Amino acid sequence: MRYLPHTNTEIKEMLKIIGAFNIEDLFASIPKELRTAKQLNLGPQLSEIALLEHLKTLSRNNRNAEDTLSFLGGGAYRHYVPAAVSELASRTEFVTPYTPYQPEISQGTLQVMFEYQTMMCRLFGMDVSNASNYDAATSVAEAVLMARRVGKKRRTICLPDNLHPEYREVVSTVLGKNDPDVHILPSENGLFNRNALKDLLNDNLAAVVVQFPNFFGIAEDFKDIAEMAHKAGGLFVAAVAEPLSLSLLSPPGSWGADIAVGEGISFGLPVNFGGPTLGIFTAKEALLRNMPGRICGQTLDAEGRRGFVLTMSTREQHIRREKATSNICTNHALCATTAAIYLSLLGKNGLIELSKINLDKAEYAKKALTKINGVRLKFSVPTFNEFVIELPRPAATVLQTLLKDNIFGGIDLGRWYPALKNCILVCVTEMNSKRDIDLFADKLASCLSPPL
Amino acid sequence: MTDKTYTGCNLALEEPTLFEQSVEGRLGLTFGPSDVPQTNPAALFEGGLLRDKPALLPELSETDVTRHFTRLSTFNYSKDIGFYPLGSCTMKYNPKIANKVVSLEGFTQTHPYQDVSTVQGNLELIYTLERDLAEICGMDAVTVWPAAGSHGELTGMLMTRAYHTAKGNPRRKVLIPDSAHGTNPASAAICNYDVVEIKSNECGLVNPAEVERLMDNEVAALMITNPNTLGIFERDFKKVADIVHSKGGLIYCDGANLNALMGYVRMGEIGCDVMHLNLHKTFGTPHGGGGPGSGPVAVKKHLEPFLPIPIVTKNQGHYALDENRPQSIGRIKSFYGNFGVLIRAYAYIKELGGEGLLAASRLAVLNANYIKARLKGAYDLPYDCPVLHECVFSDKIQNEYGVRTIDIAKRLMDYGFHPPTVYFPLIVHGAIMIEPTETESKALLDRFCESMIMIAKECKENPEIVKGAPHKTFRRRLDEVKAARELCLSAS
Repeated sequence: MRYLPHTNTEIKEMLKIIGAFNIEDLFASIPKELRTAKQLNLGPQLSEIALLEHLKTLSRNNRNAEDTLSFLGGGAYRHYVPAAVSELASRTEFVTPYTPYQPEISQGTLQVMFEYQTMMCRLFGMDVSNASNYDAATSVAEAVLMARRVGKKRRTICLPDNLHPEYREVVSTVLGKNDPDVHILPSENGLFNRNALKDLLNDNLAAVVVQFPNFFGIAEDFKDIAEMAHKAGGLFVAAVAEPLSLSLLSPPGSWGADIAVGEGISFGLPVNFGGPTLGIFTAKEALLRNMPGRICGQTLDAEGRRGFVLTMSTREQHIRREKATSNICTNHALCATTAAIYLSLLGKNGLIELSKINLDKAEYAKKALTKINGVRLKFSVPTFNEFVIELPRPAATVLQTLLKDNIFGGIDLGRWYPALKNCILVCVTEMNSKRDIDLFADKLASCLSPPL
Repeated sequence: MTDKTYTGCNLALEEPTLFEQSVEGRLGLTFGPSDVPQTNPAALFEGGLLRDKPALLPELSETDVTRHFTRLSTFNYSKDIGFYPLGSCTMKYNPKIANKVVSLEGFTQTHPYQDVSTVQGNLELIYTLERDLAEICGMDAVTVWPAAGSHGELTGMLMTRAYHTAKGNPRRKVLIPDSAHGTNPASAAICNYDVVEIKSNECGLVNPAEVERLMDNEVAALMITNPNTLGIFERDFKKVADIVHSKGGLIYCDGANLNALMGYVRMGEIGCDVMHLNLHKTFGTPHGGGGPGSGPVAVKKHLEPFLPIPIVTKNQGHYALDENRPQSIGRIKSFYGNFGVLIRAYAYIKELGGEGLLAASRLAVLNANYIKARLKGAYDLPYDCPVLHECVFSDKIQNEYGVRTIDIAKRLMDYGFHPPTVYFPLIVHGAIMIEPTETESKALLDRFCESMIMIAKECKENPEIVKGAPHKTFRRRLDEVKAARELCLSAS
């Protein structure tokens, strides 16, 4: 087998040095009664050609955004991945190394981490960033745990229902489904309901979490909420599912976020059925020692040259064990590397240009779709590249019809919000041409027009 | 005899940061004229919602970016340069066919919120992978949603808590050996369990008498790594499991060391209730400089109701996602695990088959025992017990010359190798843990052993050269104390 280089001769020589007769002898420490009698039944071995064919067949058993027009967002945004990004991020020197615990021979990964951390701080308007978490959902959970640690006896966590449903679910899983101090606040017209928060602004408040733009694509001014949270002594946490928006819109650091987390798929990662993702985690400097995850820092080597190392490890599990700020070990380094490459290629102006295109396209689509008889914009507040339209009948049936026309028309919000079962969350990015949008509008109109 | 192989381009000497190279007005990518009318953001958003100043991202040309990251990559040691004898990490070779299959558009261009009827290929892959992993471990059901081993540990512990809560008492404690990986107690703590440490016996193994002493009705689980973190098989696994089970507790097995046992032992047959696997270890998916990995969790039937949602189901050839699981612990990550990593592991398992995985374990154990035999004169073996896929030495002999494990590790770099795992497990002073994996040839192992023996000689005859190592790497020893004291975590 090609990954096993041993020849019979070599095996014999090795056994001789070890002082064993055969390889079986080396397993003598396993008591016979604990050994399996079963031969692993995993299907026949496959040659590379057969393996590739098999995987190709599986992949063709899917429809995808290349063969089907897609307006799907909901926390996983399809953006153009430049050729230079995929090529550089797939360099084996980035793909196959281990965690850079031996910094002298890992300066590539470490400098990239340092650059990634810097760019996240600048984009999110925060002081410090870690070197990645798994995704935005687990990052929100980590942020909430962090807020409770920082807040000592404070337990109350406020999550608006326009925070991504899956982020809320993950928080609930980690904190426990029956945690009485986790409050889901119903939104009002898609916006954060300030009234729902009022009764929770006391000395038990650990954190208020918001999403920007929220799950409905809405960009809302949260300065007043930050103030309320801070006045009550709690932390203000912002989750950003579409961080591309931060090149145009005001970043969390400038409206009072203590912790700002996000999903980095938009930065050079293919949507890929939702994984691997990129959990972005940033915070204000005062909270640094409570942050989860690996962090890279600058230092000097024995000859006085600048270099980078993983630092502040006393927060982490391999040092602090049960007292660590998190249990995280393996993170999403390669995804962070990809994001660093993407952001440096687009750069300051490229990212702004891309945001504007997304905004333009989404606004064009908004107009085109709401022109259709029966379609209305559900929330008439500013949005970025996603918005909600309301139809005269259940979104599920309309989306099924659109599928027959080879269109993924968006996300059925009835999946999470019973009151919004006639609503579709539509996402438009630079990957949707005007022609695509016009076609979508056309097909949606046909869908909704009464039968002859 | 020092190896003169250089890993990296000799001409790429220094590489400034992106920010130091940034030149105002440089562009790396443009998008061309828009085909839709342009909007005016100021007209759409109130002033307070717009950035007042652009984010200070660098401004570089594509040439700059390509050169920058290419050069940086050459400063990295990687699996394709040489091996990583890292104990407990199973740094086996990453098959290149995996790179090809993960790039298939039919996978990369699928969206998690597509109608399930349009992602039958993805769901079939996940469904099959779950069953293959269950088969390998002798368990009844698997979730592939956890993003890493420690995420799997958290998932397993959450399920443990849910299981006990359903029985009326979540219980308060988890028993964890002192040899355990730090993620074990850290994960238990997140679930609000008190960690009770079990002292290992003379082979670093879990002592059944100790378990008997500590086990009571408030212990939810015992977390055990098998083989243990010294590479030694937990011969009393079943005995320990019986003790824990007799008082209603569960056995959680940390499956990081599974590479020693494939085809030999199936944890589900010897008393394990819940365990995690590391796809980026045993199943050859790449480490990416720290991730992404994947940490599937396998359980016995009695824990199946608590698995995280969604569950992939198959009904008359049609795959679906089921969230209607009232006892599920809930969702543990957004979307569907690290799907790209799952594809790689799936390809690995399909290529090797049961026969290949068995061969992998056999040769992994052969390689580790070979290294142990060759090095045991030169380095102190704190536990002279039979090992499987990894072996642990200490720096006791070298301490006499004032040399410590960290120095030996750094000196190995001058010989062209990444060091083994050092200072873990904690129960060995100055631990040097070596796991070669099965993908390494005798020639390479010989070169490694000869280097280690040379270094042991240097410790005696020329300790200063070891203490001052590394000498030949891109950077000499880095000041980690300075890094922690004078924090600089982003460019100014």
